[in-house]
Amino acid sequence: MQTLKNNMKLEVIGSGCKKCKALFELTEIVAKELGIHDTVLYSTDINKIVAMGLMSSPVLTVNDKPVLVGMLPDKERLKEIISKNI
Amino acid sequence: MFYPIQLLADWLTYTVFGIIPKTLLASAVNFFIFDTIKIFILLAGIIFIVSIIRSYLPPEKIRVILSRKNKYIGNVPASLLGIITPFCSCSAIPLFLGFVQAGVPLGTTFSFLIASPMINEVALVLLLGLFGWKIAIIYIVTGLIISILSGVVIGSLKVENLVESFVYENSVNGNNLELPSLSRIERINYALDYTTDILKKVWPYILVGIGLGAWIHGYLPADFLVEYAGSGKWYAVPLAVLIGIPLYSNAAGVIPLVSALTEKGVSMGTTLAFMMSVTALSLPEFMILKKVMKIKLIFIFAGIVSVGIVFTGYLFNIILK
Repeated sequence: MQTLKNNMKLEVIGSGCKKCKALFELTEIVAKELGIHDTVLYSTDINKIVAMGLMSSPVLTVNDKPVLVGMLPDKERLKEIISKNI
Repeated sequence: MFYPIQLLADWLTYTVFGIIPKTLLASAVNFFIFDTIKIFILLAGIIFIVSIIRSYLPPEKIRVILSRKNKYIGNVPASLLGIITPFCSCSAIPLFLGFVQAGVPLGTTFSFLIASPMINEVALVLLLGLFGWKIAIIYIVTGLIISILSGVVIGSLKVENLVESFVYENSVNGNNLELPSLSRIERINYALDYTTDILKKVWPYILVGIGLGAWIHGYLPADFLVEYAGSGKWYAVPLAVLIGIPLYSNAAGVIPLVSALTEKGVSMGTTLAFMMSVTALSLPEFMILKKVMKIKLIFIFAGIVSVGIVFTGYLFNIILK
């Protein structure tokens, strides 16, 4: 079941709110379970979100492509979203 | 429509818990059970519907609509679109930057920023469930008028110089942004996720709010607050607005509580003003906005909205006597 991928760039960008940190922590757990060894990045640089043309926080990007915008899904859904985009 | 829930509440109160009917305790327990079930059914239904609509109109699309609008006309759609957009203070900055940098006028941006938290689906459900549809409609319409007019006023003040200069140094072109397209299943999943997310966040506040409300409903005498907060007291409205400012995160609990207080003599205009202040004026949001604008502009913004809310309070204290 596990896909082993390297050189993935997973990044959670948010304004530093509770929801953003929660998404970051959940992403770390899910990444580990999916066999992704690269560290998940966490950024509070809002300009990155705006520069991508987005307007909600937090955002999860996989290789700089936004895959989740403005919400905190449950673990299973997050797993689904990440594995669909790697 | 809620008759079956009343039957259930009656059955639980009198048969299951065995409380003697017509006592204060029975009245409070019955009220609590009925309101809680009704509110949660309404919440789940309405949040789900709003989330589905929203999946078609995310802020990124709204921006495209608003950036094409004329300076003053844009305030109307901005306020209307604010209704369906959820507002979390964590998104205040990206929304503000995203709008302004795409060329949406400042006044239009403010109309959106005011309407979005003020007319949110959780507040609407609570208003509808606890105050009835007339008050809910009055709240929506006056809320819209306040957001539109506040935006127009801010727009005409030419306060662009009070926005931090870095905001105007960047610009984004939101027109050719490709958002991940969603299938019907994904939209439903998104709406389900969003609904459970909101319910998880608000249920304790609502339970405490309805619980306190039930207690007030059952135990406090009917004219308990007339003396302090009746429509004859001129200071009730501004005081209510002031108390509402730090309460934003608890809006879900505050509304059930004030609904019980109106039964005990707080006049309707004062109640409306209080709820609007709780939702529209939020201390954490003001703190966050400091990153993108000068404090003076935050005061102007808060001041104009407060004046609108206080006016609404006085007006409905006269009309809804």
